Amino acid sequence: MEKKILEILRSNSRIAAEEMAVMLGTTADVIRETIQNLENKGVILGYDTLIDWEKTECENVTAYIEVKVTPQRGQGFDKVAERVYQYPQVLACSLMSGGFDLFVVVEGRTMKEVALFVAEKLAPIDSVLSTATHFVLKKYKENGIIFNRVLKDDREAVVL
Amino acid sequence: MNMKEKIKPHILATPPSGIRKYFDLINEMKDAISLGIGEPDFETPWSIREEGIYSLEKGKTFYSSNAGFIELRYEIANYMKNRFNLEYNPQSEILVTVGGSEAIDITLRAFAGPGDEVVIPEPSFVAYKGCTLFTGATPVPVELKAEDRFKLKPRQLLDAITDKTKAIIIGYPNNPTGATMDYDDYKAIVEVLKDKDIMVISDEIYAELTYRGRHASIAQFPEMKEKTIVINGFSKAFAMTGWRLGFACGQPDVMEQLKKIHQYAIMCAPTTAQFAAVEALKNGEPEVRRMVEEYNRRRLVMVDGFRKAGLDCFEPVGAFYVFPDLRSTGLSSDEFCERLLMEEKVLMVPGNAFGDSGEGFARATYATSLDNIREALARIRRFVDKVKS
Ligand SMILES: Cc1ncc(COP(=O)(O)O)c(C=O)c1O
Repeated sequence: MEKKILEILRSNSRIAAEEMAVMLGTTADVIRETIQNLENKGVILGYDTLIDWEKTECENVTAYIEVKVTPQRGQGFDKVAERVYQYPQVLACSLMSGGFDLFVVVEGRTMKEVALFVAEKLAPIDSVLSTATHFVLKKYKENGIIFNRVLKDDREAVVL
Repeated sequence: MNMKEKIKPHILATPPSGIRKYFDLINEMKDAISLGIGEPDFETPWSIREEGIYSLEKGKTFYSSNAGFIELRYEIANYMKNRFNLEYNPQSEILVTVGGSEAIDITLRAFAGPGDEVVIPEPSFVAYKGCTLFTGATPVPVELKAEDRFKLKPRQLLDAITDKTKAIIIGYPNNPTGATMDYDDYKAIVEVLKDKDIMVISDEIYAELTYRGRHASIAQFPEMKEKTIVINGFSKAFAMTGWRLGFACGQPDVMEQLKKIHQYAIMCAPTTAQFAAVEALKNGEPEVRRMVEEYNRRRLVMVDGFRKAGLDCFEPVGAFYVFPDLRSTGLSSDEFCERLLMEEKVLMVPGNAFGDSGEGFARATYATSLDNIREALARIRRFVDKVKS
């Protein structure tokens, strides 16, 4: 049940408990309880909204930053990661395999703002060896959703 | 001179599909919601489309062998074995056709003609009757009942069979009712048919869209295998309606003859679609599961919605149709659907378009978005309240 609920919420977190109950053959109370439980256990951490900022007045820039760090004795990468992800500008931060260590997503109002953030805050952190900043020019798809695609039902009437 | 008069009487006498007029009406409306279109609302999964595109880029624009690319026939044979435990020899027992539609047509042409009878359980897909009439044979309807959950019952079948019966068309999961037949349901039917020389045309185009239990085929009974043509295709399972690709499977002596009709009338099925279909069968399963999962959610929401609107509705467990019972409203199928369309701008297809036994019912498809379904159900509920008060 938990898995089924998560699968549905994943693509639509706004679906009503009543409707989910119909889909899963249970009651809305059971759904609400299970979701509450998933929230309490920290399985469900939040419900965010996928926004195409390009279509708004708000100009936003996103940068994907590769960060190389020296792991610290006893704490590995966790301590550095913590220093990085505390910044509100940092939207995402993951430990990576391969050519670099931390993958950091930063959002700001302008390229300059993001660049300054990297130069003044990220790069100077003690164990950070190097950073490589890549600005996003255009988003095509995020969270499984394709941007700028109007889904129009233009199936023609056919006799069947 | 009016050349129409020269057209053969049995063609002229075949009525056009009753579905058409409603589509003409809805085309003129704004904000109308159609629950009328019997095809997936999903686009063909990308990897399948891509194989079609690659084949064009590589200049693969030639005919295939008449029966279809042998590679595709091997994939079909594997698929039939793995999914339905049916064994067919790709060399001699599988014919790739222009949709399930062509397979239905050529099978009927091979087995039925003037003076013959074809048993058609109804309500059913409209082409069964149409294609039967074009052969000059007489369709003999069997009236399926809501209280039997629209399953075919042996008694009814026995009553419909005469010594002129040449074929019977069985279509489960069913369009328009969404009914299915499981293995046990078929047992009693097999008892009726096993000693008779009647060809069974089993249209299993919706086989993948089975939401409870496993899809069963009458060809799974050894005593029926030789007497059954199994028809399936890519339209519904893989959301490939526009590609026009299906197939028929049956014993080699029969398939040889069907191939002859296909060869002279069609040459071969579209090859871009055949390349794409190989990919569908090789790697399409996860995408099929994803779509089935989504249909299933919508199905449950729709059945629940009709019941909450005050319409009796048996739970359909196949295809993508719901077939609610309108009789409690006191309206006929036509009255209900016409008023629903004019007053609430929701299109459902009157059940009688699928045979007389569909009277008192209407078909709604959940091959449309959940948003559409929610809004349509709200309007239907409002409409039923108004009619009943
Ligand atoms: C029951 C049934 N059989 C066959 C078909 C034909 O499908 P296709 O010719 O696209 O394979 C349809 C299409 O609606 C159908 O509903």
